Amino acid sequence: MTPLRVSIIGAIAAFIMLGVIFELIRRRHLRERYALIWVVTGVALLTLALWRQSLNTLAGWAGVKTYPPSVFFAAILFFVLVLVLHFSIVLSRLTDQNVTLAQKLALLETRLREREQADSGADGRSLT
Amino acid sequence: MAGVIDEIRAFDPAFEIVVIDDGSGDNTSEVARARGVHVVTLPFNLGIGGAMQTGFRFARTNDFDLAVQIDGDGQHDPAELPVLLAPLQHGEADLVVGSRFAGQPTFRSSFTRRIGIRLFALTVSAIAHQRLTDTTSGFRAVNRRGIALFAAEYPQDYPEVEATVMVVKHRLRLKEVPVRMRERAGGRSSITALRSLYYITKVLLALFVYLFRPRKAPLEDE
Repeated sequence: MTPLRVSIIGAIAAFIMLGVIFELIRRRHLRERYALIWVVTGVALLTLALWRQSLNTLAGWAGVKTYPPSVFFAAILFFVLVLVLHFSIVLSRLTDQNVTLAQKLALLETRLREREQADSGADGRSLT
Repeated sequence: MAGVIDEIRAFDPAFEIVVIDDGSGDNTSEVARARGVHVVTLPFNLGIGGAMQTGFRFARTNDFDLAVQIDGDGQHDPAELPVLLAPLQHGEADLVVGSRFAGQPTFRSSFTRRIGIRLFALTVSAIAHQRLTDTTSGFRAVNRRGIALFAAEYPQDYPEVEATVMVVKHRLRLKEVPVRMRERAGGRSSITALRSLYYITKVLLALFVYLFRPRKAPLEDE
């Protein structure tokens, strides 16, 4: 069973985290899909802190006998790994989109400049 | 680069010249614009692949029949253009690669670089079922089909080897012709000793992944 003091400190930390997340959502610093992930994470941490039998129960399910908190560490590690993988995917997509945007912008600029030159050549003054 | 522009003009003034300034930040764009060629200035550095694809997109938008990629540093000799373009004009290939090794050995390079180039050549030859000697060469030409393919999809950093495999995977025809290359007049190779390992690993991994991608139907001419 989680010691009372650990449980209280854990709950306070989880509350602070939820508060920060709420504030970030309120200021629109987090997009909805990420907001959802973090709210669920915050609630999960709060549950683990308040429900003092949680780690023993989860360790029982997972078959961990010697050191129940290792279930918690393993779960957190896995969660963080998945999240980082997800960010790598997002980053790759953003990079591709960025490249395409830069190319299209540069090509449009070239086209515009050449049009303007052709126009100013034709009637003696630029459109702008 | 200005020298290359003048050489291409001297060879055949009918060529449309497009200079891609890959966020160089120097006066490349101005120098090129002063010579009256098309200049596409990228807002920031995209790397060789991104810059090259910009050129193919330009060619696609402007309905070019052929596109030749030629480095601005002078190592690709415009005098070799007839050799490079002949297979396209005769309809024998969709991509023509100017090889430094297919003919007489005139190209000098370091031992490690030759090993790398050889390794790529062997791997790509096996995938393409045809003998290739120089898959890293950046002196190449494509017809409409090649332009359409590369405008739609082009590999990012160190793109040449992958682009070669892409062509094969899209069932386009590939041909290698021997060309002479010169010492680069300006700039230096983007391949430093430290980067070669990343280069080789990255390209081999990419080729490995290509093996598991389905062959695609060739793009049709519109």
